[in-house]
Amino acid sequence: MSEHQQYAEDLALHALDALRGEERTKLELHLATCASCRLELEQLRGDTALLALSAAGPRAPQRARQRLLEAVAREPRLAATSAGLSAEVGRAAGKDDVRPRSWWGWLGWAATAAVVVFALSLWRENSALKQTVASASSQAAQSRREMEELRRIAAPILEPEAQKVTLVAAKSPPQPQGKAFYLRSRGTLVFLASNMPALPPQKAYELWLIPTSGAPIPAGVFKPDAHGSGSVVNPPLPAGTEAKAFAITVENEAGSGAPTTPVLMIGAGE
Amino acid sequence: MVMGLKSGDQGAMAELYDRYSSVVYSVALRVLGDTGAAEDVLQEVFLQLWRNPSAFDAARGSLGSWLAVITRNRAIDFLRKRRPETDIEDVVLSVSPDLAGEAERARAAEKVRGVMGTMTPAQRSALEMAYWEGMSHSEIANKTGEPLGTIKTRIRAGLIALRQAFQV
Repeated sequence: MSEHQQYAEDLALHALDALRGEERTKLELHLATCASCRLELEQLRGDTALLALSAAGPRAPQRARQRLLEAVAREPRLAATSAGLSAEVGRAAGKDDVRPRSWWGWLGWAATAAVVVFALSLWRENSALKQTVASASSQAAQSRREMEELRRIAAPILEPEAQKVTLVAAKSPPQPQGKAFYLRSRGTLVFLASNMPALPPQKAYELWLIPTSGAPIPAGVFKPDAHGSGSVVNPPLPAGTEAKAFAITVENEAGSGAPTTPVLMIGAGE
Repeated sequence: MVMGLKSGDQGAMAELYDRYSSVVYSVALRVLGDTGAAEDVLQEVFLQLWRNPSAFDAARGSLGSWLAVITRNRAIDFLRKRRPETDIEDVVLSVSPDLAGEAERARAAEKVRGVMGTMTPAQRSALEMAYWEGMSHSEIANKTGEPLGTIKTRIRAGLIALRQAFQV
């Protein structure tokens, strides 16, 4: 039985939030380092959404709509970073332990892993488990340190308030441009685009990883902002995939499993 | 609509509510069985999206499905009188049917009920106890007297059956 098969049933329970105790802890440790199991968890959560459909019931009372819109009117949108907004949500939910959040999804996994490793270290009873936990704790702490350093370095590139300037030859009109930064060994990808033309409603740009063999792999969808800038950060990708090139097409905003329109932009490794 | 939320458009919030409130309220009511509590969860879910629209990533799932999952989780937290265990930004799901329209949703609901109808009573019961009552696999095993491994297998097989029905 492979490691992933071993976790298959626990992933289904975790998608339902029905896994507790040591099994949940061990799975979260595994998820911190396994992109394919994180992807399977996302699919299983999608499956649970289907279950919700069997809950046909009466409509919400009309007063609920009015109540919501009044509440919304009392809370005009604040210009804030993602982290600030998250903290706001945490406070609204009555949490005392509001954690700083970021767009770097798996940093959260790593932080979670570090916490659960610490908890496990208090409860471990046998020496074999003790050894495993110590090792995982070290890896998670190392991963967290690396991610914090990367986030610090990348802040001028990715923070919403960062000023982004593209220099081109004088008198040349701005051209659409994309830059992909792909770390195959970790399956992580950051893509930044600028000067992208606006799109019709319901449409978005989709990034594709072109592997050395096989079909293009979806690598995230983005819509450019008012300045034509957009980004994709750490989309789910199969582990260890070698990229021959990256490409952009226009697809429906939900994304597509395969390109359905001509390639607009393409670039191979530098 | 989510783009509208990001720019603080209250009209986008109203439109989004009109499109998805029936899903959110139905899920909350099914879990809680109380109209007042279901309305509170509905308010919380939509207000969370208003406060933090970036929590929903259109590249990683459809809005209707995401709202359904968020609602179910919040309703279970409410039912079990516990603090939210999962931050909404941590709820990421693969693209699944958006089901923004009533007719589309009704057809999908019929399909889900059809799949549930093909399951054995024990499998359907395990899946429903986990999903609608928020029971852990250990609690289900204790209640039914079945081995833990059997409960795990039944739940995963049930979810996979639903996935396959929508892949056809």
